[in-house]
Amino acid sequence: MAIDKDTVRHVALLARLELSEEELERYARELSAVLDYVTQLRDLGLAEEEPLAYVNDAFPPAREDRARPSPISRAEALSQAPASDGTYFLVPPVVEYLEP
Amino acid sequence: MSAPAASRSQVGNPVSAWEPVIGLEVHIQLRTESKMFCSCANRFGAEPNTLLCPVCLGLPGSLPVLNERAVGSVLRLALALGAEVHRRSIFARKNYFYPDMPKNYQISQYDEPVVTGGTLDIGERGAPRLVPIHRCHLEEDTGKSFHPEKQGDRRETRLDFNRAGVPLIEMVSEPALASSDEAYRYLTRLRQLVRVLGITDGDMEKGSLRCDANVSLRRPGAKELGTKTEIKNLNSIRAVERGIEAEIRRQAAILDAGGRVEQCTLLYDVDHDALAVMRSKEFAHDYRYFPEPDLPPLLVSDAALETARRELPELPAARAERFETALGLPAYDADVLTADYEVAGYFERVVAAGAEPKAASNWIMGEVARVSKERGWSVADVEKTFPPARLAALADLGKRGLVSGNLAKEVFAAMLDDAGEPEAIARARGLVQESDPEALRPLVRQVLAENAGPAEEFRAGKEKAFGFLLGQLMRATGGKANPQIARDLLRQELGQGP
Amino acid sequence: MTPHWKKSAGAIAREVAAQPGTASAVLEAHLERISAWDPSVHALLARDEQGARAKAKAARGGPLAGVPFVAKDNLCTRGVPTTCGSKILEPYVPPYDATVIARLAAAGAVLVAKANCDEFAMGSSTENSAFGTSRNPYDLTRVPGGSSGGSAVATATGMAAFALGSETGGSVRQPASFTNLVGLKPTYGRLSRYGLVAFGSSLDQIGIFARTVADCALVFAVAAGPDENDMTTRPDGAFSLDGLDLSPGAGKGLTVGVPRNILKEGLDPEVAAAQVAAEEALGRAGVRVKEVHLVPPAACVATYYLIATAEASSNLARFDGVRYGYRASDATDLLALYTKTRGRGFGPEVTRRILLGTFALSAGYYDAYYRLALQARRRIREDLAAALDGVDALLLPTSPTPPFAIGEKAQDPLAMYLSDIFTIGANLAGVPALNVPCSFTGSGLPIGVQLVGAAAAEGTLFRLGAALEGAIGGERRWPELPS
Repeated sequence: MAIDKDTVRHVALLARLELSEEELERYARELSAVLDYVTQLRDLGLAEEEPLAYVNDAFPPAREDRARPSPISRAEALSQAPASDGTYFLVPPVVEYLEP
Repeated sequence: MSAPAASRSQVGNPVSAWEPVIGLEVHIQLRTESKMFCSCANRFGAEPNTLLCPVCLGLPGSLPVLNERAVGSVLRLALALGAEVHRRSIFARKNYFYPDMPKNYQISQYDEPVVTGGTLDIGERGAPRLVPIHRCHLEEDTGKSFHPEKQGDRRETRLDFNRAGVPLIEMVSEPALASSDEAYRYLTRLRQLVRVLGITDGDMEKGSLRCDANVSLRRPGAKELGTKTEIKNLNSIRAVERGIEAEIRRQAAILDAGGRVEQCTLLYDVDHDALAVMRSKEFAHDYRYFPEPDLPPLLVSDAALETARRELPELPAARAERFETALGLPAYDADVLTADYEVAGYFERVVAAGAEPKAASNWIMGEVARVSKERGWSVADVEKTFPPARLAALADLGKRGLVSGNLAKEVFAAMLDDAGEPEAIARARGLVQESDPEALRPLVRQVLAENAGPAEEFRAGKEKAFGFLLGQLMRATGGKANPQIARDLLRQELGQGP
Repeated sequence: MTPHWKKSAGAIAREVAAQPGTASAVLEAHLERISAWDPSVHALLARDEQGARAKAKAARGGPLAGVPFVAKDNLCTRGVPTTCGSKILEPYVPPYDATVIARLAAAGAVLVAKANCDEFAMGSSTENSAFGTSRNPYDLTRVPGGSSGGSAVATATGMAAFALGSETGGSVRQPASFTNLVGLKPTYGRLSRYGLVAFGSSLDQIGIFARTVADCALVFAVAAGPDENDMTTRPDGAFSLDGLDLSPGAGKGLTVGVPRNILKEGLDPEVAAAQVAAEEALGRAGVRVKEVHLVPPAACVATYYLIATAEASSNLARFDGVRYGYRASDATDLLALYTKTRGRGFGPEVTRRILLGTFALSAGYYDAYYRLALQARRRIREDLAAALDGVDALLLPTSPTPPFAIGEKAQDPLAMYLSDIFTIGANLAGVPALNVPCSFTGSGLPIGVQLVGAAAAEGTLFRLGAALEGAIGGERRWPELPS
């Protein structure tokens, strides 16, 4: 298989996705099928081809450095927050354990 | 890259002879009006979560728009470092999850940064020590997270996104610093430079200048680098110096005992001079860098480079040189005055207001410096009480021979509370030196009359008597006689002067 | 008297400009169509009847005065819930409008509702929506296509005069083909992406569904042009209708290229027949038809699924339960907050693509997958440019099959991906493409064809589209309301 269950487990952690064992197995199978399909790109003789990251040649200029009043008030921003105390967004505590 | 042999320093203990190799990674928070990728204000100290928009809050559908002044800032820095500007560079996404990251990726630059190379001189005039720079690039700052102080404290972490999206320049040195002292000098010089360039306040306490240090040890003369560790949370230049020293000691102890240094990240507590290893992360960081599709390649035009060149201010070394050659200051004065960009500017304004350069320098390096330190004044504070014209007028009193020496210092002290002109203050307090020969002459004659013996001795050829008579004359005038006039008059009355 | 819901956008705008009071009646007619149709086809998610009524009342002039439309639910609409077809954004109400939405509103258009779509625009059938699948109004057992299925259905049934969708790999053209509509994918950078929830940033473009080429051009002219909020827009991207010939003779003197070499195998016979019919129709309209050579498009699918998923894996990282949207309530530490929220909030297709994209970018695999795909992308763009050399547009089928049955491809991700095989090349190259209705299968299912042009050649595509429209002729075949 192009990608095995343990690799999917590692990738799922990188992507912060909680998956069951059954899901890990299923995704390993499905992703392997897709990855097998994409290996055909290796047969196209692309070694010397420059990667294309940007399709357009002309772009708007950078923005002038001027501050504008913030369009979102604190109340508006926090109104969508799953957890807040009216001033801050809240998440479960992040504690860095230190070993002296 | 290794340091020249002359400045290589080794850890004090003669038994553990290890050569430290230090690299510094500095984040410079730019002083722009708006954030890097949106028009929210770039302002320190605002109420939490009040400087937000869809872009810096990472709302779905938002897109970054580059701030042209951030680009100008990194170009000026590149020119000041003599670095190479890449006319085409690419923004990249650095992907990782953390609650103060609105998008869970940071827009930065990776394998095609805008600036590489260059040097920072941490030596003295005439004895340069050029530290090679690896690269400088543009990126955005994260929000701020406030963690629980200790276990069992508040049960959540609080997030403020005001700082999210503030422009940063990341500047990475080569691992070419040889001691904690060199690191100290590097940071001091860099801080001076970026403040002169006007791109940042460079205040480590406020976080507009942040530094991580990479430290490794190796046998002197060895070519390979040892395992390096990273020290974070260094909140002052002092902390950087001490933290590096502590880490050098720690690593030396391990190596002396025959052990191996483990790669890790440490935090340094400057109050207790203690290092702590951060819990080694269970999940390694794989940043999965790729070109940022929402931003076109950064193209630096000829016009942009020309503007950056034009906007380059006079750099400290050149300014000190000019103070010496054009203003006639001694090298020592020039160096002291140009060590701080704002002080140098104030000095020039005082000279422009009419003060003689050396006099202005004396006042600024002397009484002004003393009072600033006592009162914790910034240059701006000094200038409120001593606008350039006022200090120039004070200096002028000395030039005109009206007040001198300690009496001038008294005038200065009075000026701290009295808003009047220096001359008026001096006269009101009776501090004005007497320089009118005719006003002094009666006193001279009186002193000679009261000291006929020494006067005769002088006329007979005893030079020493002159000094005695002068001293008596100065006492008689309460120290207010203009010394030169007094001398001349005394000689006249003794029958010898002009 | 033509009912309001059958009228073109252009006709409505002219009527409202002449008589502003008409706008409210026009809106009510469309709202009735929604009541009549949506229970059977489930095209719509959040509706904004109140907002729509207020806008209709206020409608005066403007190129789209009083014209009702729907927007795919991955477009940000201020004050109107926006889910992108996902549970992870339930609930979420954007505090701002997408630039294109704002431009349409300024032109007088009336937003009526958000349209159902595959979750985060990932899919080719709208079966991946977390809120139920939409159905093809021409056959309720079949898919309307995807990912912009809801937008297509709304326009095809008369619930809206036009709709906005989005394309990353064909998600406007393919549903347009499946529902008898004109569907435009613009040149990359001509419509601002500000407010379009990102999937594959270097590929995404807002697209337009309409029942006629003229309507499509009208909406495009209002929406197109550079945006100070989007640095990937083209400075020259504005579009004017001045001098645009959309008469049946508009194609005279133009040439289309047909890449016969890729149409020999694996093509459904009815799709093949539609292709022939289109070529003949264009011939009658005075358009020259020439054979050209196109590199087999299998590489397009492979390239697309590496680039789009890599970008998506990064774009979707922001959905973490911290600042908005769904948050798993049983998470006691930060890691669990992330993994449970995202594990439960995302559906299987989105999860699959995030995993694939993360893998393609990960340490040790970047060169072998992502970078290789970027190299292939350049090659594909060159090939397409070569095929377009000497012709004004390519003409080829939009989809290799007619609309397929609900559930038919849902279990086979790769098969689903391959249904994009003819559309993906235009997205990778950043060029414009237009689906035009062509014919119907024996069982009454729509089949469209697409015209693919060079960058910024929308005007040419509209001319050829109008020529094809005119040559095919006949009354529009509306889907029949289920009894």
